[in-house]
Order: sequence, then C-alpha cells, then structure tokens
Amino acid sequence: MPTPVISLRNVYYAYPGTDAYALHDISFDITAGTTEIIIGGSGSGKSTILKLVLGLIKPESGVIKIDGEDISGMEEPDLMRIRAVIGMVFQEGALFDSLSVAENVGFRLREHERLSEEEFRARVGRMLGFVGLSEHYDRMSTELSGGQRRRVAVARAMAHQPELILYDEPTTGLDPITGATICNLIVKLRDLQGVTSVLVTHQLRDAFRVAQSFAVQKDGELNYDRIDELELLVGTEFLVLNEGRIVFRGRQKDLWETDEPYVRQFLDGQAPALLNQKRQFT
Amino acid sequence: MTVFFDTLTMRIKLGLLSIQEFSNLTYRTATSLLSRPRYWRETLDQMDSIGVGSLTIVTLTGLFTGMVLTVQSSATLDVFGARPYVGRMVSMSMITELGPVLTALMVTGRVGSGMAAELGSMVVTQQIDAMRTLGTDPIRKLVAPRMIAGVVMVPVLTVLSNVVGMLGGYVVATFTLRLSTSLYWRSALDAIIIEDLFVGLVKPIVFGYIIVAVGCYQGLTTTGGTRGVGKSTTQSVVAASILILASDYFLNLLMLRFVY
Repeated sequence: MPTPVISLRNVYYAYPGTDAYALHDISFDITAGTTEIIIGGSGSGKSTILKLVLGLIKPESGVIKIDGEDISGMEEPDLMRIRAVIGMVFQEGALFDSLSVAENVGFRLREHERLSEEEFRARVGRMLGFVGLSEHYDRMSTELSGGQRRRVAVARAMAHQPELILYDEPTTGLDPITGATICNLIVKLRDLQGVTSVLVTHQLRDAFRVAQSFAVQKDGELNYDRIDELELLVGTEFLVLNEGRIVFRGRQKDLWETDEPYVRQFLDGQAPALLNQKRQFT
Repeated sequence: MTVFFDTLTMRIKLGLLSIQEFSNLTYRTATSLLSRPRYWRETLDQMDSIGVGSLTIVTLTGLFTGMVLTVQSSATLDVFGARPYVGRMVSMSMITELGPVLTALMVTGRVGSGMAAELGSMVVTQQIDAMRTLGTDPIRKLVAPRMIAGVVMVPVLTVLSNVVGMLGGYVVATFTLRLSTSLYWRSALDAIIIEDLFVGLVKPIVFGYIIVAVGCYQGLTTTGGTRGVGKSTTQSVVAASILILASDYFLNLLMLRFVY
C-alpha cells in the first residue's frame, strides 16, 4: 500500500487559552492523486486541520505525517522543507498587500530559487496565464477584486509545482460565477497537473462541482465535463466535521445515503438546489 | 474568593507566558541575524522609514526641548547668578537624559505603533501564515530588518535631536537671555565628558531595541481581527513607553556604578 501523502492519527487540538478541544480524535489518510473534500459548519475545525497539516500549529496529542514524515513535534526549519511540497490557498487569498501581483505569485521563487529576471517573468507569466490573469502582472494586489485575489492565490500556491494543494474556503464570499471559476481551477490543477487536493468548504454546491467535474485537454483546447455515474468518482472522498469530530467519511453516494443526523441536517439545509443534483445521481 | 485567586493565577500565568514569548522572539531575532539569508533591502527600507521618516518629529522635539530647557533653567540659575552656565545645563540634560528619552518616546509613537499595526494586520489577514507556508521565516524577513534599523537609527536620531536641542538653547540664550555665542558654547561643550557621550549612545541603542521588540511582539501576537489590531497598537505604545522610562532609570544606576 502506498504511503499516504497526509496521515492523521488520533489528533487532538485546543486553541491556546481555551479548555475545549477544537478537534477530537481525528484520524484519516489521504493518498496521492486523490481529492479530499472537508465540509462542515463554521467553527467545526475544518481550517484547523489545514493549519495542522502545514505545521502552523501543533497538536495537543496524536501524530501527523506528511509523505510518511512525522511533523507533530518538528521545528520550524525542518517544517520549511516539508512545506516545499505543499501549496496553500488561504481564505480571502492572504496576498501580500505591499507587493505586486507578480511578486506575490513569484514570492517563493524570489526567496528560494535563483532565477534570472527573464526566467522569473516566464515562470510567473505562465502561472498567471493558467489562472487567466496575465494582463494583471504589474498591478498591485490591493487593486484586484475578491475573485481575482483568489485566482492569484491559486497561482501563488502552484508556482513551485507542489504535490499537494490545500484550499481553505476558496469560494466563500464570491458570487456563483466567480466561485465556479475557482472550482474549475481546482479541477484543472487536479486533472491536468495531477495535484493531490484538499478542499475545505461549507458550500456543498462548490464541493459537488469539484467532485463531479473533470477537465480534459484535447487539441490544445480545455473542456470541463461532468461525471454522470457515481462509480466514476473514485478519487474523491468527503469528510464531514461537526464540533471537531469526524461524523462521516466516504464517497458522494454514501454521503447522500447516510442517516447520520448532522450530515442529513447539513444536506437538507442547502436544498433545494442540491436536491436536483441528488436526483441526477440516484 | 476562589474566583479571585483563579483569575489572579491565570493572569500571572499569562504574564509569564508573555515574558517567555517576548524572550523567545528576541532570541530568534538575534540568531536569525547570525545566519543567512539576510534581507538588506528590507533593512534599508526600514532605516529609511524609521530614520528619515522620523526626522521632522525628532528635530522639532529636540528644538523645543532645548529652548524650553534654556528658558526654565535660566530662571533658576539667575537666582545664583549663574546664567552663563545655562549652556552646560542644556548640553548635559540633552545628551544624557532628555535627548535619548524624548527621541525614543517620539519614535515609539510614530514607528513602534506602526510596526504593531502593520504586523498585526498581516496576522489577522493570514499573510504571516502565508509567508510561513511559502517557506519564509517572518522573524527573519520582518523582525530582524526592523531590529537592525531600530538599534542603528534611534541613536542617529538621538544625536541629531541633541544637536538641534543645543542649537535651540543657543538661539534662546543669545536672543532672549543676551548671552554671547562663545560663552554659551564654551559652557555647553566644556561640560561634556567622554562618559556622557558613551551614556548618551548606549541608552538609545537599548531604547531602539525596546521600541522594535515591543512593536513586533504586539503585532505578531495580535488576535481578534481589526479590533485586535487597534488594541495591539495601543498596547505597543503604552508598554514600550513604560519600558523606556523604567529602563532609563536602571541604565542610569548601572552607568553610575560602572562608567563614571
């Protein structure tokens, strides 16, 4: 069995100054090339899991492994090495206000790779082309709209060609059309670059869009299609969190069929648009 | 009663935790200065921001302090018929005490609060987390350049403030008190000994460290969104000001014991 890219075992976490655990006994594995969609309400611990995976915070107890390496007690200099294979798209983008779009996207290249100015421009230009923002190369990040900021954040996350990209609520606060653009980017990265993806969201619409869509490139033209059979969704798993505990993990088909009360409440809360999607697949 | 002791215990614990985190930040900043990569461009930017940016406020503070000092001390000196010694009074006070302390307090208000606000905003908008995720140590990139700039530029600003203060004193002494130029400057310069200059330079180095360390610490430990940024900014000015005044007292004791 291949080594999981991410492995959490019996992880507990409490935020400093609080007695209550934000995460209770979290255990799951994510293998290379797959997509994990973590859903749950606000404050359920979704983003905390991503911070733990990045080593930005340390668990109270339990083991977190990235590519088989235990990072639970790892010091910052060693964590920098681990983070080299991970890309992260933060909520709201978290772009550096004082830098231009190009400097944001090429931040890691400037810091860690000795590239000539031509190479830098070419690499950053390619990334911005991927997210459809080539014309904004020299603009300041503060001049961009919310959707554009998220797309730049995606370009920044993929600039160093990571094996794994974590998305923390990448579509929150965006209109449905811009949200769909971001979802398509996630699908494109997954299908064309083979990137392992972890998507944290509380919007089922976007979760299903990522789970059901796939990107194909034919004769230089990129197309998005939707999968019509649930059995084809082999690489995508759903994980549902409620008050820091995993209450469900499985495929989309199982998600619709589960009797777990919180999951049912969560699904029913986002009807009726999603019920139409359900009918498509059952 | 139990609630009171629980609260007290919690406050003591949080206080000790803050001291530990503050010391840790200082240690990590110091060690990051000893190894590569070093961010010289950011350091120069910070020197410009702290040094050039504070020129106006520091020169004005020095000027008016020197002028007020001359007017006030001349009234007292006149009682003893010692008006010609007013230059001595001004130079000694400016170099060893008022110059370093007032410059540091002004820089705290202008720069320390700015650092806390800037870093605090970066924390609440996850830019610090993003920086760590992108493989860059925020202490090395953000704190260390500010630290170098602080301990270099605060002494430079202090020297400038001292000079302008003495010039301000000279203007008042000649035009209001009718003292001759040579009398004022001879009195002012004869009084200064090398130990005074040493004290006048050591203090601003320590104050520069306090301003930057407190500003960065408050900024990097910001919690609670934009409201938290405001709170960190206020706390950075209050804490740094108190630390500057307290450390000034203890530095004086140390200097009297070991330098003079």
